[in-house]
Amino acid sequence: MKNSINNAFKIAKKENRPALISYTVCGDNTKEKSLQILNSISKDLDIAEWGIPHNCPTADGKDIQNSSYRALQNGIRLNDIFKLVKRFKKTKPSKPMILMGYYQMIFNYGDKKFIRKCKEAGVDGLIVVDLSFPDNKNFAKLCKKNSICFVQLIAPTTTVKRMKEIIKSSHEMIYMISSISTTGSALKYSIKRIIKNYNVIKKIKPSKNVVIGFGITEKTISNLRSADGLVVGSAICREITRSLKDRQNPVTNVSKLVRKLKNKII
Amino acid sequence: MIKLKKKTPLIDQHNKFGFYANKFGGNYCAETMRKPIEDLSKLFEKLRKDRKFLKKRDHYFKNYLGGETPFFKLENLTKHLGGAQIWCKDVSAINGDAHKAYHATVNALICKESGKRYIAGDTGAGMFGKNLAMAAKKMNLKCKIFMGTKDISRQAPNVKFMRDAGAEVVPVDSGSKTLVDAVSECMRHYVSNCDNTHLAVGSAIGCNIFLKICAWSTSQISRELKKQLIKEFGEIPKLKLINVIGGGSSALGFWNEFIDYDKKHVELIGVEAKYAAPLSTNAKVAVLHGAAQYCLTNKEGQIAETHSLSAGLDYPGSSPLHGLLKDSGRARYTNASDKEALAAFKLITKLEDIRPSLEPAHAWSECIRLAPKLKKSDVLVVNNCGKGYKDKKIYIEQLGYYPK
Ligand SMILES: Cc1ncc(COP(=O)(O)O)c(C=O)c1O
Repeated sequence: MKNSINNAFKIAKKENRPALISYTVCGDNTKEKSLQILNSISKDLDIAEWGIPHNCPTADGKDIQNSSYRALQNGIRLNDIFKLVKRFKKTKPSKPMILMGYYQMIFNYGDKKFIRKCKEAGVDGLIVVDLSFPDNKNFAKLCKKNSICFVQLIAPTTTVKRMKEIIKSSHEMIYMISSISTTGSALKYSIKRIIKNYNVIKKIKPSKNVVIGFGITEKTISNLRSADGLVVGSAICREITRSLKDRQNPVTNVSKLVRKLKNKII
Repeated sequence: MIKLKKKTPLIDQHNKFGFYANKFGGNYCAETMRKPIEDLSKLFEKLRKDRKFLKKRDHYFKNYLGGETPFFKLENLTKHLGGAQIWCKDVSAINGDAHKAYHATVNALICKESGKRYIAGDTGAGMFGKNLAMAAKKMNLKCKIFMGTKDISRQAPNVKFMRDAGAEVVPVDSGSKTLVDAVSECMRHYVSNCDNTHLAVGSAIGCNIFLKICAWSTSQISRELKKQLIKEFGEIPKLKLINVIGGGSSALGFWNEFIDYDKKHVELIGVEAKYAAPLSTNAKVAVLHGAAQYCLTNKEGQIAETHSLSAGLDYPGSSPLHGLLKDSGRARYTNASDKEALAAFKLITKLEDIRPSLEPAHAWSECIRLAPKLKKSDVLVVNNCGKGYKDKKIYIEQLGYYPK
């Protein structure tokens, strides 16, 4: 499915709302459960993001660390992730799937082999948290050659000069980190400030789809609805943790949460 | 084989992306950290050429850390082993009790120059943490130290010291609850607070700028040693320089001035802990804490758990600069087990007045193995980089006593 990411943004735009993007960790808390969760929430999603668990996640807060830990405890491996993506895409071929991870997991597997496997499985995009510009140029090219969208990140600390370079080398989607923070902490900046940063990026290249992520919850999501897309990760992972703790079914609980999130932006 | 550049400091032999030999190092970090580390790089490059700053550094090294550390021959050990002459560069005599004092002091000075009021660092053995806490107090900075809960309990004397010096010790209870987790958590703290906090990474690891600052600071050891050798021998004799390797900061400082010598003239030997030994057990290159390096991983690429009685060595990675020294053949690496390190401590403290901590006890173990095979004209120098008091409880548990 070429350009399914662009397509997802187009659909959302037509409906005059931001694209809703979930982040969960593949294999949390088991391989099957994580697929069930994704299948169940995908009707309310525009794009699905799956984390590749790593045991040294230096940019993740507690919630995603817990999810990754559970997934690793249950023995998830990269080849399992490719298989699960394939199964997801088989039933939801038009739902874009983005894998997000740390470079060590890719490096260890081999860049080329990893991208080839992604393509075979039907992965639409990749986010590599610790492979930033300009070190990611070759990797991004390799993605492009294989019709995979390499998603660049922009942070509040990114200078405008650097932003321009990043945007220039970016593909169809850009990820804006809301505040100076790891994943999972509450929004540190005011909504006004976040939107201001967002507008700086959009002004440089209005045609790029810019999504905002890090720290978005049920409480804050509606205030950011003017963005092209919004990513909710830690809040979902937290819900899985809570469900497991209370011996409830994470599939139903997460589905309810994502439905609520969706309702806040339509 | 990789070739080192002559007359270029080891830390500067990287390309514009921060890679050594296109293989080790780099800047594998979140976008949020890019600008802060770029600013820090610019500041460091300016300061290291700034005479006023160098004077300040030297002033602190001399007056605050106590100046040159001693260099002496271990007559009894030499006689006992009956081979090479054994010399000790006793870095543990520094105020601060370990080489980490140089690195902590320089980081606090840089933090001051940057205008930041907060400083954060990781620690395993507590040596870096304690020295950073002291330096922060001296320079009026607010200090946070990240430390694994396993290390907090096994290195309690240093934890008390940090707290008494006014630092906040943040317990890290994730993963193996040791140094690797402390470094991760400290980096997370930096990602979230890089606008007002200076990150002081505890060894020659991390993104390019952090390992540069570290190895630049500890190189004071070899500047002194070179002078001391010439004073004793009238020249640089045929040498073997033995140093323990955790992340590798003390070894880099101990070796820095001798990199350009032929290895037949000055041989560099690094000693890792047996079950935390990426350099001496042919581990793969992996990306950990912002840099590509020799690192223990499992087949899937997850970072492996390590084991060492010594908290300072209980780390799966190694400095990218040691990868460079290994691949260029300039240094060689071996390892010692807990048991061998303990036996070395036992022998050394029976014969001599020094009391090494568990980390340098590993280096002493290699010295004891090597010396009998060598000639009297061979000179072995061991960097005795840390004081043993912090491990008193462990020594008593393991050996039944701690020498006076
Ligand atoms: C005395 C001493 N030596 C060695 C080390 C290992 O670190 P590095 O290899 O960076 O010197 C430590 C670490 O805490 C230490 O305290």
